[in-house]
Amino acid sequence: MNRALKNQIKAAGLWLATFVVMVIMCVPGLWVVLSGFRPNREILAKPPIWIPQDLTLSNFAKIFGFGAEQVAIPVLSYFGNSMVIAITSTLIALSIGMAGGYAFARFRFRFKNSVFLGLMLFRAVPGIALSLPVFMLWSWLGIIDTQLGLIIVYVSLNVPFTIWLIDGFFRQIPISLSEAAQVDGCTRWQAFWKIEFPLARSGVAAAGVFAFLTSWNEFALASQLTRSTDSKTLPVGLMDFTAQFTIDWAGMCAMAVIIIVPALVLTFLVQKHLISGLTFGGVKG
Amino acid sequence: MSSISLKKVAKSYGRLEVVHGIDLDIAHNEFVVLVGPSGCGKSTTLRMIAGLEEITEGEIHIGDRLVNDLPPRKRNISMVFQNYALYPHMNVRDNLGFGLKIAGQPQEVVDERVREAAAILGISELMDRIPAELSGGQRQRVAMGRAIIRDPEAFLFDEPLSNLDAKLRVQMRTEIKKLHHKVKTTVVYVTHDQVEAMTLADRIVIMKDGHIEQVGTPMEVFNHPVNTFVASFIGSPPMNLVPATVAGGQIVLSDETRMPVPRRLASYTHDGMAVIVGIRPDDMTPVGHGIHDSGETANLSLTVELAELLGTETLIYTRLAGQEVQGKMFDPRDVHEGERLPFRVALDKLHLFDAASGRSVRAT
Repeated sequence: MNRALKNQIKAAGLWLATFVVMVIMCVPGLWVVLSGFRPNREILAKPPIWIPQDLTLSNFAKIFGFGAEQVAIPVLSYFGNSMVIAITSTLIALSIGMAGGYAFARFRFRFKNSVFLGLMLFRAVPGIALSLPVFMLWSWLGIIDTQLGLIIVYVSLNVPFTIWLIDGFFRQIPISLSEAAQVDGCTRWQAFWKIEFPLARSGVAAAGVFAFLTSWNEFALASQLTRSTDSKTLPVGLMDFTAQFTIDWAGMCAMAVIIIVPALVLTFLVQKHLISGLTFGGVKG
Repeated sequence: MSSISLKKVAKSYGRLEVVHGIDLDIAHNEFVVLVGPSGCGKSTTLRMIAGLEEITEGEIHIGDRLVNDLPPRKRNISMVFQNYALYPHMNVRDNLGFGLKIAGQPQEVVDERVREAAAILGISELMDRIPAELSGGQRQRVAMGRAIIRDPEAFLFDEPLSNLDAKLRVQMRTEIKKLHHKVKTTVVYVTHDQVEAMTLADRIVIMKDGHIEQVGTPMEVFNHPVNTFVASFIGSPPMNLVPATVAGGQIVLSDETRMPVPRRLASYTHDGMAVIVGIRPDDMTPVGHGIHDSGETANLSLTVELAELLGTETLIYTRLAGQEVQGKMFDPRDVHEGERLPFRVALDKLHLFDAASGRSVRAT
């Protein structure tokens, strides 16, 4: 009886601690999302209004150009740019990551370790440190303010990470599975797609989510390399809400919601692949 | 169902040669076991037959086809791997049918063959399980099922039993033998376990350091080992090997223990010849406790150092010319350490090897 009570107190304590941590992590996000649905005067009110009194969609209507009040921000172009750039760079980074990860996991070649170390070191360089050289190079090449320019940057930021992550997943798959498939009648290519790829899928999915989020959320380099609606992404677009003397917090928060939602949806869709439901057992005992 | 023939087959990794030009002819439907200590090149040889390793030099024929440059899928062989290599994301049915599906067989044919193979191996009730839900023995059966289903020209087994516990290993060994009787096919089987080799093989190929030491039926390699390596590798417990010299028709050990040179070996020896005497523990038995007491024998008096009771026999550790040797006591009575026992050595089962080359004197 006493012990049961103790256990209950312990469980309650753990629950409370978890709750506090979650509050600390979630409240800022929640605040941004809520502010997206509140008028500016309520956001800026002093003392702050904790409980929203007046929820409205007018911030969204405003930035999408509906209703009386309009903000001259081309959200749809930004959204389109972000989508094209993030999806394209993710797909490229994933295909390079799969090829590279497979090569590092399966083949022996000269300077393998040095190349791998080089990739990891490259990953350690903060992207912003490269912004000036990249800017100069891109302006010579004439790809400043193009989607292509950002795609190249994001691919090179993501590739070391995707290679490293996918390499680890391929390493866990015994070579004999591919060999068995080849004896069973597969080409090496078929063995890869029918046996090895399905087993490494959770790794590829994880790498894909990370690469997408990196490209989707990146601000520093994008703010240097983009100029106009031709290539500006959503995070850069947020800056449009800062005028010389005012900041449109409500509009900015509404746009932040637009940025957050696709990222959340993607993560949610892919998470079932992330939880590695694939219990091994095809080999040994 | 085909013969397999290896001609001067060699394998090198860079400058390191691991298989040195071996020749081997495996007949149609024959069960051949490659056996040897780890690193002897037996698995590499098997993998070259399978097409999983490139052949550095020489030729491999399966049937009448030269397969050197054919990928595994075109060699029409099937293989059972040491770790089974079942596809973890497929259930047993799909694991079995995978090869047929890849070959583009219609679904009805695949289903039918899967049913047949499952029936042969007694795994029909496991069809919807994935490999993780199977025991070691069941995985082994599925792996064998996957091998027989395609009706290949040859089965290749790469140490298939080494991951099983001792009891299951003996059971699966019998099943493999039965399977071979049922689906008559050429089999190449790799193991490091000489008992497996003896029990399964039509012919045993004993390998060491990338060379073939001897090829023969289990009885041939047991009764007529060509050198000391084969002599000590085949048979359990291993053959006792003691250095000696031949003098006046006698084998003289270093402690002046003498026994006559067996008549059948007399013509192969000469006075002053340095030899190694090979005596299997079964042929060195306390008087009255042997199975070879008749025929040509020699008598020795030896002191028991240790006795291991095995039930039907007792293994006796003793010392011959300063070297530890083992004898066997059949129909055993109690013996104790330090006891001096009269031993009888069956001379018609005795082996003599040239001391310098290690080769059997009959072979040189």
